[in-house]
Amino acid sequence: MHAFDYATPESVADAVVMLSDQGKNACVLAGGTDLIVQLRENRRRTDLVVDVKRIAELNALSYDAATGVTIGAAVPCYRIYGDAEIAAAYPGLMDAARLVGGTGIQGRASLGGNLCNASPAGDTIPPMIVLSGEAEIAGPNGTRKVAVEDFCTAPGRTVLEVGEFLVSLHFPAPVPNSGAFYRRFIPRNEMDIAVVGVGASVVLSEDRSSFVSARIAVGAVAPTPLFVREAGDALAGQPVSDESIQRAADLARDAARPISDMRGTAEYRKHLTSVLTRRVVEGAVQRAKE
Amino acid sequence: MSQNGHKVIGTRPIRHDGVDKVTGRAIYGADIQLTGLLHGAIKRSPHPHARIKNIDTSRAEAHPGVRAVVTAHDLPQIADKLADLGEAIVNLRDASNNVLAYGKVLYKGHAVSGVAAINLHVAQEAVELIDVEYEVLPHVTGVLEAMEDGAPILHEDMKTTSMGEETDKVSNVANHFQHKMGEPDDGFAEADVVIEREFTTQTVHQGYIETHNATAHWNEEGQLTIWTSTQGAFSVRDQMSEILQMPVSKVKIVPLEIGGGFGGKISVYLDPVAALLSKRTGHPVKMTMTRDEVFEGTGPTPGSYLKVKMGATSDGRLTAATAYMAYEAGAYPGSPVGAGAGCIFTPYDIPNVQIDGYDVCVNKPKTNAYRAPGATNAAYATETVVDEISEKLGVDPLEFRVKNGAKEGTRRADGPVHPRIGCIETTEAALNSEHYRSSLAKSGNGKVRGRGVASGYWFNFNGGRSAISVSINPDGTINMLEGSTDIGGTRASIAMQLAETIGLEATDIKPYVVDTDSIGYTDVTGGSRTTFGTGYAAHATGQALIREMKERASKLWDVPADAIDFEDGVFSYRDDAEKRGSFKELASQAGDAGGPVVAQVSTNPDGSGGGAFATHVVDVEIDRETGKVDILRYTAVQDAGTAIHPSYVEGQMQGGVVQGIGWGLNEEYIYNDEGSMTNASFLDYRMPTTLDLPMIETIIVEVPNESHPYGVRGVGEVPIVPPPAALANAIYDATGVRLRDLPMSPPRVQKALAENGG
Repeated sequence: MHAFDYATPESVADAVVMLSDQGKNACVLAGGTDLIVQLRENRRRTDLVVDVKRIAELNALSYDAATGVTIGAAVPCYRIYGDAEIAAAYPGLMDAARLVGGTGIQGRASLGGNLCNASPAGDTIPPMIVLSGEAEIAGPNGTRKVAVEDFCTAPGRTVLEVGEFLVSLHFPAPVPNSGAFYRRFIPRNEMDIAVVGVGASVVLSEDRSSFVSARIAVGAVAPTPLFVREAGDALAGQPVSDESIQRAADLARDAARPISDMRGTAEYRKHLTSVLTRRVVEGAVQRAKE
Repeated sequence: MSQNGHKVIGTRPIRHDGVDKVTGRAIYGADIQLTGLLHGAIKRSPHPHARIKNIDTSRAEAHPGVRAVVTAHDLPQIADKLADLGEAIVNLRDASNNVLAYGKVLYKGHAVSGVAAINLHVAQEAVELIDVEYEVLPHVTGVLEAMEDGAPILHEDMKTTSMGEETDKVSNVANHFQHKMGEPDDGFAEADVVIEREFTTQTVHQGYIETHNATAHWNEEGQLTIWTSTQGAFSVRDQMSEILQMPVSKVKIVPLEIGGGFGGKISVYLDPVAALLSKRTGHPVKMTMTRDEVFEGTGPTPGSYLKVKMGATSDGRLTAATAYMAYEAGAYPGSPVGAGAGCIFTPYDIPNVQIDGYDVCVNKPKTNAYRAPGATNAAYATETVVDEISEKLGVDPLEFRVKNGAKEGTRRADGPVHPRIGCIETTEAALNSEHYRSSLAKSGNGKVRGRGVASGYWFNFNGGRSAISVSINPDGTINMLEGSTDIGGTRASIAMQLAETIGLEATDIKPYVVDTDSIGYTDVTGGSRTTFGTGYAAHATGQALIREMKERASKLWDVPADAIDFEDGVFSYRDDAEKRGSFKELASQAGDAGGPVVAQVSTNPDGSGGGAFATHVVDVEIDRETGKVDILRYTAVQDAGTAIHPSYVEGQMQGGVVQGIGWGLNEEYIYNDEGSMTNASFLDYRMPTTLDLPMIETIIVEVPNESHPYGVRGVGEVPIVPPPAALANAIYDATGVRLRDLPMSPPRVQKALAENGG
């Protein structure tokens, strides 16, 4: 591990200045559950680590039944699922927040960090996509907003420019007759990285017999977590049935373009994408009915 | 009183080393801090096979904070010489070249240079500044590919030994041997059912939590002290003496607590490098591996290819069996194929057997012992074929095993005849277990369930050398020094045997594992020998103490020593009921009658270590769409001879099962086309976690080993042998599809089910 400087700005503006001055060699630290390992193992090199945990906006966590939830980029998972109101409103997001690493890791790891790490297999990203999450970014030119599905651009890469960092994530309030679900496949039962992960959100008709709309996102099958718009769109207006769900699963499978690696072959991942999409849409439907 | 009239043996006292371990006070290698300590790091090969053209250490040496850099040129070049390290025979020239590569690197991760610096970060930076010029050579990592004509050759000077004779053929096959008994062709002709199948297994690692470590101090007098985590302090001393070409009297090894070994902490890796760096700098030097260094730079157990053929008559008698076994040795000869061949058909009484074994070098780390080395690969093949034969014959697979089970007098294909063993008793206990007699409920969630069984054998090594030194305290407690490092509760199991012999409580004995200058030569803790062999020494020590205490009592009471009896923990003079006392009562006075009471005993028993047999029963549930196998229930049955401390016997059984499950379901070294392991971390090298396992149920069978005063058989190794085969048989029971390639990971299972309509 190479030596680096460490800074703890207390305002968004100070952080922007530090990050801008240092340029590409600066790293943002929130929980550090990815970054510290990467630095220790020489997978990443930095001259300056900017710890953003002392900035108020990054620790904010607020929910309003009308407008939705805002989650500061450094808020650890345990605070999110530990808030009964938020946990009840966003069970699909909780599926993933409770999966990241293990209990110990969830005391530090944040949704913001998971998104900025931009792993194709990041567990919280597919559910953030299907819940229409929006990222608020601060930078030298002020703030801007980017949809979560557009945030990651390649493995480990995001839309963040030099001097920019993620401030918070916002999710709209759940509408009636809606449900969301996330599930991943791993060979073990814990402490693993998704071979495939699938998130789905659905809105059902009032009699709950058909889909009004749906969003489906898939992880670990492409260079970035993948929003499969066509799979969700195919459900809109369709009856809730094995056939309609299978068609969406097939579309998700067709959209997947996985690689073969030590976690699974491309062929296996495509197969799993179909299996999981079906199960996850069924899970989301079940939640919409509850 | 426990069973068999024993007072201590068979009870479950709290282990002597328990409190220090659960409170974090036990001293491990990483805890060592010495004045002036330097920190070392290793430069490793990025290539699986390459000639070293040049190593330029000048940039590293000039780096601020660096104190020394060493390469293989700093090691004495030694001639071929074989040494027995306890679980494996090793060529010391190979051992030296494995510590620091000389001429060629033979696997990715092969150490080429070592650095000592003022702190670990500087040492790691300096490693990056060592410039190694390689001529990259073609590599081979698979056992069958390595055996082909035209395969890249690892050792240009190595000629194949075949059936005991050296041939002229230069190849990666170091050795081919054959065991033959009877006439297999005739036996197959008699058979009504003959099954022949091929199997593959992948490289797997012991996965001990504590990584390798060594701190060396070479002082001004040329005396070398090493603090390390090892299964055998004297084995480390021998290796250091040979690799560094120095007298054993100049080397002292201090064994620290060990965070798991399983056979993998016998060979030295860091110790000689740390010693060279200490000699160069005059400072103590500490080295600790990272996890990826452990995976890529230490000895796993091999991948293998097996072909097994077995035949049985329609009335359920095995008539013949043959096996072709090719095991990867890794970079240097010495796979456990010989041990595998001694185990492969051993649970059975088969009149006609032929076994051909091949020891094959490949561009992977040099393999090393891992819990019943070679036997798990072998049992995966045999036990699956036996399951298939039982099914063809329409007989219960455990009844088939009982009918064909090995017993006293049965000859193994590799020669030895069994003494009293518990093979059939163990199988019968499994057959009669509540688990096996219970019916398996159907799954309610669209998944499928099945049950499988398998058996296994491990030799248990015959005793070996052990020394014990004791001193009696005036309060009647005993300080017991031993040379056996404690990797699985042996402080307790040995102390209990001493306590039993002299009529004390287990807690009256204070066991200490001491350094090589403080106790007589003791062989490694391995081969399941320690509770047997060092326990044997503990019993002999107890006998010596009884003799000595009779002498002391004779002086105190002024009566002849041979008129003093020792029974039920009490010394008494035959002719005067007043003259009597327990060991403790006498201990307080004994010092006045001839000075402190001490005893030193060493033993090397002749008799059998008592072969260990196990039979396992497992229920699984399979998600056919994902190929994931979940374990619902697992029962391990094993002959322990006599269970000294039943909790630790159960712990060994459970630990072995868990490692066997990992080997069966998910663990493997995954190599890319460049010959590089792609999953050298606990994240992607998937050992089971507690969430992947039910509580492993255990049934201890006790058929005493006639060669041990308390009937002890080794228990540590055989429980890893049956699990992969038991799982394969359970998966077949659930799906109708047989898996013959390990690991039976979700992608493999899903593919097999999809292809075979399971």
